[in-house]
Amino acid sequence: MDREKTTRRGFYEFLIQGLGGIIGVGLAIPGVAYLLGTPKQRKKSDWVQAADVAQLPLQVPQEVVYHRTRVDGWRVVNEKTTAWVVKMDPQTVVAYSPSCTHLGCAYHWDDPSKNFICPCHTSAFSVDGKVLAGPAPRPLDRFVIRIDGSKLFIGSQIQKT
Amino acid sequence: MLRRVIDWLEERTGVETALHHFLYEDVPASAGWHQVLGSVALFALLTQIVTGILLAFNYAPVPGEAYSSIKYIMADLTAGSIIRGLHHWGASIMIIVVVLHMIQVFIWGAYKKPREMNWLVGCVLLLMTLVFGLSGYLLPWDNRAYWGTTVTTQIMSQAPVAGPYLLRLLGSEGGSIGVVTFVRFYAAHVLILPPLMMLLAVFHLYLLRRHGVTPVPRDAHLPKKKFFPQQVFKDTVATFVWFCVLVGMAIMVRVPLGHVADPTDTSFIPRPEWYFLFLFQILKIFEGPLEIVGSLVLPNLAIIFLFLVPFLDRGKMMKVQQRTGAVIVVLLAALTWGGLTARAVATTPPSVETDMSLVQPWQQIPVEELAAIGYFRKDNCGSCHVTGKAGAGPDLTQIVTTRPTDWLLDHFKQPVPNAAPSQLTALQMRGLAIFMAKRSDPALDAWTNAPESAVAGAIVYQGNQCGVCHQLNGTGGQLGPSLNGEGERRARAWLEGHFAEPTKFAPGSKMPPYKFNAQDLERITSYLMAIPKE
Repeated sequence: MDREKTTRRGFYEFLIQGLGGIIGVGLAIPGVAYLLGTPKQRKKSDWVQAADVAQLPLQVPQEVVYHRTRVDGWRVVNEKTTAWVVKMDPQTVVAYSPSCTHLGCAYHWDDPSKNFICPCHTSAFSVDGKVLAGPAPRPLDRFVIRIDGSKLFIGSQIQKT
Repeated sequence: MLRRVIDWLEERTGVETALHHFLYEDVPASAGWHQVLGSVALFALLTQIVTGILLAFNYAPVPGEAYSSIKYIMADLTAGSIIRGLHHWGASIMIIVVVLHMIQVFIWGAYKKPREMNWLVGCVLLLMTLVFGLSGYLLPWDNRAYWGTTVTTQIMSQAPVAGPYLLRLLGSEGGSIGVVTFVRFYAAHVLILPPLMMLLAVFHLYLLRRHGVTPVPRDAHLPKKKFFPQQVFKDTVATFVWFCVLVGMAIMVRVPLGHVADPTDTSFIPRPEWYFLFLFQILKIFEGPLEIVGSLVLPNLAIIFLFLVPFLDRGKMMKVQQRTGAVIVVLLAALTWGGLTARAVATTPPSVETDMSLVQPWQQIPVEELAAIGYFRKDNCGSCHVTGKAGAGPDLTQIVTTRPTDWLLDHFKQPVPNAAPSQLTALQMRGLAIFMAKRSDPALDAWTNAPESAVAGAIVYQGNQCGVCHQLNGTGGQLGPSLNGEGERRARAWLEGHFAEPTKFAPGSKMPPYKFNAQDLERITSYLMAIPKE
């Protein structure tokens, strides 16, 4: 009699925990997917014409300002953005992303020292993007670029080195 | 190890004793399946709170933005439509559960002394659940939300004396709905009601514990049972059934999102949520000066009656089988509610509003662009310019061409030496050249995703120069009516017939007849039917 009662009690407890568990997991799965899933990527044109290569000076970085449409959650915003563009030689142009690779501060070109200097933690980068000093973990990130004739197109993708 | 952690916690918080106390509460011998609904209602409330918070993570409580963010949740986020489904259907199911819970308590007479207070608290909880539904209805900011709430605020404005003050409290001038009303509904829905409801639910539970689960007369002679495990098991099974229904609905029945709220839209037929349809129907019975009877007097009398129940029926506890009076009251109420609701449903025309959360970019781009995509496909340009990938030619969805128009036109005529001649007309080539030089982001999506039938329809539309007289997706002439939303206004047969004999379907129409072949007729009609209202 007592034993029968114990097994029945065990059965109830098993089902309570089992069904309760299913409910919890069943609600948690969509919740976690919702919070951690990546939003669907909307297709957009990637290249923005940003500068005329013929007019860029050699070896002197230029802060190029241009407009780009960016998907920001449920908004599509057309915003001002910048890149540091350097004509390394008449054939090669690079466009650096304007944030320091350390913690994302906006760095600037320091003409006297011919270096990029980050005002936050004094990282310094050479004109070809290499780390010269400070805590920056890697050289400056570059935007993908395309040159068509003398027109410079900057893409939204960033290449890390 | 676990034991030691539990002991440590127990010593400092007493949590184990409290849980033990909670689970091994005495319940009467008669306790059983009929008393599971309270637990289900509690879980329904908790789920609403969790899913509501999840929605708030991606929801912008400003008119317009609210609509866009719901669209984003539905169309772009992983499981977004499920989370909204859980919240939307959860609200409906919660109302069913709460009402069934109240009916059970009513039939069993569980509101009698000393439990009157708990009945009153329950009535307030029911009203709060309904206000939750009412305030949440506005938040998606689509036509349904806007017009449904307009009617609600107008009804409130009829209240004698209090009317204007109620409106001012809702931030509504003369019953119209704007930003202020919207954010006040939002504040009520997420700031005022949830904590209030939690507090009252806790008080409701406290009173239940204080007086115990309501016994029936013969329980006096029977030994008491413990809440755990038998009753907890029954509650869990009932909660599980609720969970299965809710998740099933959230996954299978998509919650639609209509057109963004448009105060100038005269074609929309406003209807309240299903649980308020009976009130909507009552308004049709009382007309003119009597309207207030249906809109305010009767609903308020019903609420007052609910609150008075424990003071009207003060007899001793009876067996449930003997409570015929209570059963008759419930049946009459159910019949009235059911009859009014059925009548309201029967007189509601079927909704043809497009679910905007399902609308794809190709349904919203100018017809010239969609037709140009068609020319691109028709001439097999994709065999070299593979969209989305690198091919023999550049991927044109990634790169805007910088070639001059003349170069492009020559290229279309003869893309590579010895190529087969182009099938495009000079006009079509020009359309393709314009598209190549300048295209929008939605058009890029359409380039890869637009269905062949729609693209073919756009080519027929362009070929017959419908745009000379008609507007569609923002381009075209003004001579004829705009063609956006034809699929929401008209039946397919109407459109098909109208092409051949415009004056037969629209007397006085200046449109010349168009005798399409069967294939073209199918294509252009399908395309037009798919373009939603702007």
